[in-house]
Amino acid sequence: MDDALIEKLGILADAAKYDASCASSGAKPRRGGKEGLGSTTGAGICHAYTPDGRCVSLLKILLTNHCLFDCVYCINRRSSNVRRARFTVEEVVTLTLGFYKRNCIEGLFLSSGIIRSPDHTMEQMMLVARTLRRDHGFAGYIHLKTIPEASPWLIEQAGLWADRLSINLELPSDHSLKAFAPEKNGGTIKAVMGQVNERIVEAKEERRRFSPAGQSTQLIVGADDATDRSVLETSGTLYQRYGLRRVYYSAFSPIPEASSVLPVKPPPLQRENRLYQADWLLRYYGFTVEEIASGGEGGMLDLGIDPKLAWALKNRERFPVDVNRADREMLLRVPGLGARAVDKILSARRHTRLRMEDLGRLSSGLRRARPFLIAADYHPVGGLTDRLDLRQRLVTPSSQLSLF
Amino acid sequence: MHTITLREGADLDGFRQAVRRLAAARTAPDKVLWSVGAPSLFGDDATPASDNGAPIFLPQAVGQLIETVVCHSDPERYALLYRLVWRVLNGERALLDQHADPLVHRLERLDKAVRRDIHKMHAFLRFRALPPAPPGPDGGERYIAWFEPDHHIVEAVAPFFVERFESMVWTILTPKGSLHWDRQRLITGPPAERPDALAHDRFADDRFAEGWQRYYESTFNPARVNPTAMRAEMPRKYWANMPETAAIPALVRSAPARVQAMLEAEAAIPRRRMPEKAVAAMARQAPESLAELNRLIQRSEPLVPGATQAVLGEGPEGAAIAIVGEQPGDQEDREGRPFVGPAGQLLTAALEEAGIDRGGLYLTNAVKHFKFVQRGKRRIHQSPTAGEVKHYRWWLMTELGFVRPRLVVTLGATAALALTGRPVAVLRERGPMAFDGWNGFVTVHPSYLLRLPGEEERRRAQAEFVADLRRASALA
Ligand code: SF4
Repeated sequence: MDDALIEKLGILADAAKYDASCASSGAKPRRGGKEGLGSTTGAGICHAYTPDGRCVSLLKILLTNHCLFDCVYCINRRSSNVRRARFTVEEVVTLTLGFYKRNCIEGLFLSSGIIRSPDHTMEQMMLVARTLRRDHGFAGYIHLKTIPEASPWLIEQAGLWADRLSINLELPSDHSLKAFAPEKNGGTIKAVMGQVNERIVEAKEERRRFSPAGQSTQLIVGADDATDRSVLETSGTLYQRYGLRRVYYSAFSPIPEASSVLPVKPPPLQRENRLYQADWLLRYYGFTVEEIASGGEGGMLDLGIDPKLAWALKNRERFPVDVNRADREMLLRVPGLGARAVDKILSARRHTRLRMEDLGRLSSGLRRARPFLIAADYHPVGGLTDRLDLRQRLVTPSSQLSLF
Repeated sequence: MHTITLREGADLDGFRQAVRRLAAARTAPDKVLWSVGAPSLFGDDATPASDNGAPIFLPQAVGQLIETVVCHSDPERYALLYRLVWRVLNGERALLDQHADPLVHRLERLDKAVRRDIHKMHAFLRFRALPPAPPGPDGGERYIAWFEPDHHIVEAVAPFFVERFESMVWTILTPKGSLHWDRQRLITGPPAERPDALAHDRFADDRFAEGWQRYYESTFNPARVNPTAMRAEMPRKYWANMPETAAIPALVRSAPARVQAMLEAEAAIPRRRMPEKAVAAMARQAPESLAELNRLIQRSEPLVPGATQAVLGEGPEGAAIAIVGEQPGDQEDREGRPFVGPAGQLLTAALEEAGIDRGGLYLTNAVKHFKFVQRGKRRIHQSPTAGEVKHYRWWLMTELGFVRPRLVVTLGATAALALTGRPVAVLRERGPMAFDGWNGFVTVHPSYLLRLPGEEERRRAQAEFVADLRRASALA
């Protein structure tokens, strides 16, 4: 590894950092053994955290940041004046193996600007994955960011080597896509998602390996005027129709060399957090987009409180909930109780009638849950859920409430 | 009062022996004093007794919890675990389900702390390549790491590192013990001190460590600076062993200014580059000819297991009839040409009988590789699955697009599936059929004729096959 390569790494990591969809989870167990290198476990590991609090799990780089396209939100669009660089296939392989051997990463997350043609670019990316797997017996995680405009056979090949394929939709509506990414086409993107999903499902049924960790996508929030509701509706469709494992939300981040079409001020980062929480409710807590959106105003989530609490405050008549009797669905709707706490409650209450003290050991979110619960020795006094200042009491840390 | 003295560290064996004896003697937990690390001679019960108690049966979850919790550095761990065992043995089999029980709650927290420590060691340990001299046993690279875990987890983390870095020679040193892997055996060693070679400021010896620091700096987004979130997951105590963390103070300090600069910068004047170029590039998608497509197929990885080479289609472009079979067989795979094996010979004979010139046809397969399993010397043909056929479908359709036949004849179910995208009952549906974009004709695969048992039956089937070929030829 020489100075020139380190320099390129700097440029091409910088260019890749705005993509948030780089988790290393969901892979089938695989090991490289004596002749190869590495292993994948289901969960994935964060090998470091950067000062933005983000997990460093995969080596997240672009093959090149040269690009023929001109997507306004992207620092690598052809009209931007950033420094450009380009890796060879061998260089990416060397970097991946070198960092992997030092236990810095779980594997590779490779994306690219489009050079020469979509097919050429996608083939280079596929070759990186193939070289790692076939020539080096690499058993770590490989995530390829697919180029939707590339020919279908490249997807068929890429899925042989990658643990996960993803295609970024980037913008929730066709009309924003047209405005902000003129060369892209929502229809093409969804057609490829459909192709990938079909192959993944078939391979699973036939017990073959094809992108075994599924596919994911990323949506940029705050670059266009889409509401949270429409973002979540898009996600809902993606989960249902294309079997996506994850939709990642990336609050549009100011970039150097910004285009004048973009909003100058980035959206609050909290918006991204709230969307992740809402997405979670959508997938694991049995909420509908409608219910989640009803917690906020005008299709936007409440930035001050999490969407579950927001929903509960607007649906106070459904609380308090008796922890010793309520069903799982309703317990999951109690603010402050996560799925794990709910399962512990369900198993513990078979042996004993739960009191507040018990709940304190089962859940770490009891302070928030308290007004919404009934326990063996506790009933919220005077209909606490009717109090107007409930929201306020719950968002202020309790330490500020205790005067003595 | 019994005093049990166990080894320093995670003494699972010692604890197990003690528990067996104590349980056999029905010694209650409050009659036992547990201590750690004192020379074994001083405890009355400490010598690992030769009268090993009989094993006791515990629910699996209890066994797992014990294995983890013995690694904790809390001196009370054994006493707590024995209280758990005692209660489980005395009527509370399902005690671990009672997450609200104070003892269970406490043990769960110890368990969690150990798991977290293991996880963090898997995550934050960094290997460094040692300078090549003296070369390792195989002349290859050697790696070394220093780590300071909170608990006695050195043995617990070993399987992870052995599995992941089985092909490397490495050493892990910690104040709680060490591990050495030589690609064959794992050797556990005594506690170690941080070697000079791994001092924090010496990471530059390994250029990858330097490269990694650059990566870390570059992947950080100053617009989202949030050191609290970082520290929650990666507390300061780990930093000393991670080369990249040297960059943190400067990154945090400079972040606000970097963001300010981005926000204040005038929107850049786009340097207009010709969009026509992008549009032209999109249209220039390979492949542009059959030859180019074939090169592409040849250098691609088979999408079915087996196959020594791709077997491409054969015949003139512009042929009136394209015949699509299932996949190459054993002989086709060796020779690299379609329809040269037994089924191919049968096809040739049938074509002759029908008065069709084989040389004027385009012959190809739905799947371009021979899928087989090896049985001794023999390679046994395996039918491709529906999913595998679809992997090849784009190639087939593109190929037909270049050949542009007037009629596509499919032999057998696989080819019909490839052209129609649905399962076709060939014997029932044989005859003309509209394929997606093509005039089609469905008939049997010649290998079906080879498999028929009776002479008479085979003759009849063959006659039908020849008749099909005649009809198809007439249609084209
Ligand atoms: S295609 Fe668009 S989003 Fe992708 S690198 Fe090029 S400009 Fe950026």
